[in-house]
Parts: sequence; structure tokens; C-alpha cells
Amino acid sequence: MAQSTATAEQYNYDIVRKFTIMALVWGVLGMTTGLYIGSELAWPFLNFDIPQITFGRLRPVHTTLVIFGFGGSALFATSYYVVQRTCQARLFSDGLANFTFWGWQVSVGLAAISYTMGYTQAREYAEMVWPIDLLIAVTWVAYLVIYVMTLRKRSQPHIYVANWFFIAFILATALLHIFNNFAVPVSLFSLSSYSYHAGVQDAMTQWWYGHNAVGFFLTAAFLGMMYYFVPKQAGRPVYSYRLSIIHFWALIFLYMWVGAHHLHWTALPDWTSTLAATFSILLLMPSWGGMINGIMTLSGAWDKLRTDPIIRFMVVSLSFYGMSTFEGPLMALKSVNALSHYTDWTIGHVHSGALGWVAMISFGSMYHLVPRLWNTKMYSEKLIYLHFWLATIGIVLYISAMWVSGIGQGLMLRAYDDFGNLAYTFIETVSFMHQPLVIRALGGLFFVSGMIIMAFNSFMTIRQSRREKAELDAKLAEKLAQA
Amino acid sequence: MSALIEWISQMENTKPFVLVLFFVTFVGIILYIYTGKKRSKRLESYKNIPLEDDEHDHHKDTKDE
Repeated sequence: MAQSTATAEQYNYDIVRKFTIMALVWGVLGMTTGLYIGSELAWPFLNFDIPQITFGRLRPVHTTLVIFGFGGSALFATSYYVVQRTCQARLFSDGLANFTFWGWQVSVGLAAISYTMGYTQAREYAEMVWPIDLLIAVTWVAYLVIYVMTLRKRSQPHIYVANWFFIAFILATALLHIFNNFAVPVSLFSLSSYSYHAGVQDAMTQWWYGHNAVGFFLTAAFLGMMYYFVPKQAGRPVYSYRLSIIHFWALIFLYMWVGAHHLHWTALPDWTSTLAATFSILLLMPSWGGMINGIMTLSGAWDKLRTDPIIRFMVVSLSFYGMSTFEGPLMALKSVNALSHYTDWTIGHVHSGALGWVAMISFGSMYHLVPRLWNTKMYSEKLIYLHFWLATIGIVLYISAMWVSGIGQGLMLRAYDDFGNLAYTFIETVSFMHQPLVIRALGGLFFVSGMIIMAFNSFMTIRQSRREKAELDAKLAEKLAQA
Repeated sequence: MSALIEWISQMENTKPFVLVLFFVTFVGIILYIYTGKKRSKRLESYKNIPLEDDEHDHHKDTKDE
């Protein structure tokens, strides 16, 4: 107990706890929304003709809650934890850290409410209206200040590589958010605005943002998580530190160039499209280098896979990282993209990265984190195993269904008869997709169930911790009274 | 100076220049990291940082373990 009190004074764990709880809350809400809109696509009556809950309005609610609510809060929590532990320094300014907590949670909450009311910028993954954009920008600058100032007062001479990934994520996200959201409000009291960019440049800026949100928010940052929590849980250092440095620089060099692969076969100049495809292929190398580095960390400790469900989450997440970073470059090729774009294959690809990599590494890291933050043991290991299987089966069902739906849809949309007419009507492609969409909803149900179980397990762990503390305090008081 | 700025602002110059610059920098990083026995040893020693500050080395993760 004395040790844990000393640790609590040495480090600011309170802010890590807050973000961890909110990651679980947004995770349940965001994934449940995802399940609902996935079900709306399979059974359209679920729209109930209520504008606020139609697919178009709930879709950005889902993406915002899972990416920024769940993923963002998990990143704030883990980055604040990692920077303190690896620098052996307390987080800079408790007050500013609390500001980032409230700034972030209010932004996510307001964004979700505004989408259901029909307010959106109509920029994918950046739908927030301009006042929320401003709040996010201020919060993010505070985050950068906290991170840099904590690094500056470190006791450890070297900055551990996980922090490189986190700082790259913070810097790049600031750049992307600010430049993509340049907008001119219609009036000071209007939530509507016009984008500062126009035409194809507007599309370019949006996808420069969109893909780098994937690259720096959903990849680099979670790699920071991976480089700390995988070695910690495995109880052995990362396989090669030098490889992690190459991984970092190669990833940072290459990611910024690939956004235009989202705009193949549009008004984009052809050379831009080719450049993006080329860099997408090159990205395979650092991605797989990092994946191998993570997986090889377990070299000699593979037996842990049998006994440690948290390691299972981490290994599966790295496997999905490898798989989705192979699929991504493949889909970035112009010829493949001609088939895959505007189909469910893209949705499947995104979810193999988002559920398989991002969510699974977050689950693993948070299962490592929760008992340490509350100084107790997880309430139930069996529930962690159950969560693992529900999540894994859910992902497999989801992405398989989307491959069938997307590739089938793509082939049907491109099919011609002997006379050069389209072989299928649009509605025929829609009815073909019904069955895979039902399977996808089922996969989503599995995944959401796992998330709810994790939230329950964590809630019970926190309750257990409070009970243990109360019992300990009572014993101490009793001893003091006797003395 | 203005001639240099004019030269770099031409896309046909900027693109190969940046390509060479980035490539050389990246090769430089690789050479720096993988050459020199002492440096390699020093860099690899940093991998232990996460394990050095662990008061929970024998932390039991779950109740029903």
C-alpha cells in the first residue's frame, strides 16, 4: 500500500484513470451505435423514419465515438501513463491535464449531439462544426504542451521510442486538424461554414487529412502503445530497438504521401494518384517491420499465449496490423481500387484495421493498465478470455462478410453483357448484399458484446479495488485505535 | 539566393530534389543505426527502459488466476 501511495504521488494516475473510464464508456456507446447502423443497412425499417437516427446522421456519431471517443481517450490514457513511466517524471501540470480531459470529452459529446441534429461539415472523420474544431485545436495544443514539458523534465536521459510515436501523432494530428478545417463561418452565430479550399484541392486536403488520421492517429499512436505494453506484458524487452527506430522514421517519411489513393479515378492529376499508390506499396515495409518487431518480442515466451489472455489480444492485434497493412497497399493499386472503391470491401478493410489492430491493442493495453491503476487484480480472467473470443470471432465474421459483399458488389457493378450494357441493375447489387450485411451485423453483435463484458469486468474491478481499500482502511483504523 | 528560390520553386526541380534529399537522409539514418558496435549496443540498451521502472513485477493480473 505504501508503495502504491508513493507511486500515486510520483505519477499523475488520476488523469489516466479518468481517460480509461471514458474510453470504456465511449467504446460501449460508439460500438453499439455501429451495430445499430450496421443493422439499419441489413434491415432498413430500423430507420423508423426518424431523421435523428437514420444511417446518414448516426454514421458520423459511430465513427466519432469509436475513433475519437474510445480510441482518443485510450490514447490520452496510455500516452500519459507511458510518458510518466518511461521518463520517470510526473506529468506536467495537473490542471492542464484536466483541461485536456474535459476539452476532449465535451468535444466528442457535442459532436455526437450535433450530428444527430443534422449539423455537419460533411468532411469524413472531420464532421465537427467549426466551434467544436476550435475547442479541439485548443485542447490539442494543451496536450502537446503537457507532453513536451513532461519529456523535458524526464529523469531518464533517453526518450523511449514509444514516446517518439506519441509525439509524432500529436504533432501530425495538430497539423492535419488545423489545415483540413480551414473554414469560413456563414456568420458568427451560425454553425454552418464554407471550406477555405475548393474543388479538387478541397478533396485532396480532405484525404491528406483522412489517410493521415489513419496513419498518425490510428497507427503511429497505437504503435506507441504497442512498443510499451507488449514488452511490459510479455515481461521482455522489444525484439530490436534499432528496428523500432527504422520503423518510426520510415513510417513518418512515407505516410504523408499516400492520402491521394482515396481519390483514384477522379479529377485528381494522374501523377498524384500514381505517387500515392507508389508510396502506399512502400509503406508495406515499415508496417511489416514493426509488426515483426512486435511479434518477435514474444520470441522465447510463446508459452504465455496459452496462459495469458492479454498477450492473446496483443498478438492478434499485431496479426491484424500485418494483414490490414498488406491489404491497404493492395487496395491502393489503381487497378484493384477500380474494383474495390465505393464498395463494402473498403468498409471491411477499415474494420480489420480498426477492430483487429486498434481496438485489440487497446483492449490488451487497458487490461494491463486497469489493475495497475486501481492497485488490484482484474475481477475475472474468464471474462477476459470470453471477451477475446467474442472479439476475434466478431472481427472474422465482419471482414469475411464485407469481402463477399464488397468484391461481389464491385464485380456486379463492373459487369457488362455482350452488347456493352450493364449486366446488373443497381438494385440487384443491393439485394445481393443483404445476406453479407446480416452476417456483418452478427459480427458486430459479437464485438459489441465483448466490449460490454470488458466494461463490466473493469467496473467490477474498480468496485473491488474500493472495497479492498475500505477494508484496509478499517483494519488500519482498528490497529491505530488499539495502539 | 533568389535564383535558388526560383529553381526550387519549379516542380520539375523540387520533386527530384526532395526525392534525393529524403532518400539520402533515410539511408543516413539506416547507416547511423546499423554501423558501429558500441553505438548498436547503446541503442539496444534503451529497449530495457519500460522494464526498469516496474513496481508490479510480480503483479497478479487477475483474481481467478
